[in-house]
Amino acid sequence: MASGDVRTARAARRDVVPAILAEFGSPERLREAAARLRRAGYERIELYSPFPVDGAEAVLGLRRPTLPAVVLACGLAGAAAALWIQWFANAWDYPLNVGGRPLLSVPAWVPVTFEIGVLGAAFGAFFGLLARTGLPRLWHPAFTAQGFESASVDGFWLAVGADDPRYDPVRTRRDIETLGPRRIAVPEQMP
Amino acid sequence: MAAPAAAPGPDAVLRTAEGDAELTDRLLAPLWSRARAWWIAFAVTGAGTLLFALAIAYTVVAGIGVWGNNIPVAWAYAITNFVWWIGIGHAGTFISAFLLLLQQRWRASVNRIAEAMTLFALVQAALFPVLHLGRPWFAYWLIPYPATMQVWPQFRSALPWDFAAILTYFTVSLLFWYTGLVPDLAAARDRAPTRAARLTYGLFALGWRGAARHWQAYRIAYGLLAGLATPLVISVHSIVSMDFATSQLPGWHSTIFPPYFVAGALYSGFAMVITLVVPLRRIFHLEDVITTRHLDSIGKMALAMAWMLIYAYVTEAFIAWYRGDVFERYTLLVSRPSGPYAWIFWLMLACNCLVPQLLWSRRLRTAPLALFAASLLIQAGMWMERFIIIVTSLNRDFLPSSWHIYAPTWVDWSLLAGSISFFLLLFLLFLRFVPFIPIGEVKHLRHELAREEARRGQR
Repeated sequence: MASGDVRTARAARRDVVPAILAEFGSPERLREAAARLRRAGYERIELYSPFPVDGAEAVLGLRRPTLPAVVLACGLAGAAAALWIQWFANAWDYPLNVGGRPLLSVPAWVPVTFEIGVLGAAFGAFFGLLARTGLPRLWHPAFTAQGFESASVDGFWLAVGADDPRYDPVRTRRDIETLGPRRIAVPEQMP
Repeated sequence: MAAPAAAPGPDAVLRTAEGDAELTDRLLAPLWSRARAWWIAFAVTGAGTLLFALAIAYTVVAGIGVWGNNIPVAWAYAITNFVWWIGIGHAGTFISAFLLLLQQRWRASVNRIAEAMTLFALVQAALFPVLHLGRPWFAYWLIPYPATMQVWPQFRSALPWDFAAILTYFTVSLLFWYTGLVPDLAAARDRAPTRAARLTYGLFALGWRGAARHWQAYRIAYGLLAGLATPLVISVHSIVSMDFATSQLPGWHSTIFPPYFVAGALYSGFAMVITLVVPLRRIFHLEDVITTRHLDSIGKMALAMAWMLIYAYVTEAFIAWYRGDVFERYTLLVSRPSGPYAWIFWLMLACNCLVPQLLWSRRLRTAPLALFAASLLIQAGMWMERFIIIVTSLNRDFLPSSWHIYAPTWVDWSLLAGSISFFLLLFLLFLRFVPFIPIGEVKHLRHELAREEARRGQR
């Protein structure tokens, strides 16, 4: 991947600081509105919804996260650590000879290796998710927009970022109004 | 195909007609209510939990000699309870993880209840082996740490495997449960009537705002956690079964034990899901969210598991005869069906093999009361199964001179009753403080169903 690609991918996944928000009545209308804004040249768009909007990634041009690779790495690290500690404890630091059986008793170490590997992978998935999303982050400018509480209940919100190259307070508001939102709001506090 | 009527049929996964906001408020309502019935239930299970605490305190202070255990019956009730509880936990993960991977839609309404059941069952399960140590304050010796005594856990034994398996299972279940919970905690935060509730749920919601960038990573992480939890379901009870199978005792030393235990675990777990869900949907009027379709599906799963278990019973007995080992033949073919615990053995077969045959009938599968009664019998049967496996294998071992009868004491009974109370107490707290129906998932599913319906109407 060229370094320019990496930069765009990073820029695309960076959190959008909303300058203006609009609420729609259904995920389909939200997706349609986002697609139209994208066609109009907006780049920094974010959607907020009570459940995932199918196809949002394609509309927003988001890349698939590298989370699975992180999870695999954490799982393998957990398994390796578990195998190592069992070998170290029972074969190296305190060799225990049971009836002349081999010290390197790998079959007996499989269950613990598997379990700790899964444990490592699960930690990777959970903390990887937190790292990727930047959560916990209890305050966000979007929360200060009038009526944004519905984003977890029945409102499907769209936001245009303040850093969008096409953003202009008057023009963007007009563009959004033509999409027929339920309401338009602006964050009352910015970071 | 003609478009079906507007009202969804009895087979529908969801039958709600209200708007998203009304549905959310209805599903969140138990969080803000102060129902008297809840307090009564809380008091009853609280009293049972107190009994549990007393029995534990007495056991720890006096030693496990206050139990009915003896030599040769050294395992008895504590391990029976342990295996029973940990088995119950399995259906929760199965419903929430395995059925997610298989994209089974009926999982959506019941998965959170099932996962909570898993967590709380594991809490009970983990207590028993620790108490059984006799000196529970040394439980940390199971962790490999550089001790001044310079000894390490013996990892070639099945018991440290068990420790790793349960620790992992609990942690992964908790992470999976909490990850699924975050969007609903955000909904609770946004609908909270008081500032204190808003702050509390807000803290646990981690500032979730449902951003598309977050949902993308969230779905991947949730799917991965499900994929990780699925092999755990199989591995944990397999490892528990190895506590038995790696020993030399007739009745325990058998290669069928891992699949046999996993099937039994899922069986009792599905029964527990029925036991919890049937009263719940009635009390909270959730018949349109947890429909008869759910009961029907869980009933079918229980029936399938029952047949796997029956297969395992038959194989176990057949191999005992076919192998020709005199001790194994005696334990499985003489001592169990006609020995001192024969009545429990036959009762167990009735509960585990005959009762589930009622589930062939669709009418009974969709009749909540019949299902509830069957689930209680199945759980009793599964408890007896573990009792039979453990006690009848131990109480008549190789030498008749060392045979000994086992009888539980009041402490044993208190621990069993107490752990059931504690489980129900935790479940009550869960109902009171956590959105127990996955609201976001139900709304998403309803949306998908409506879209499919519309598409079918167009055609």
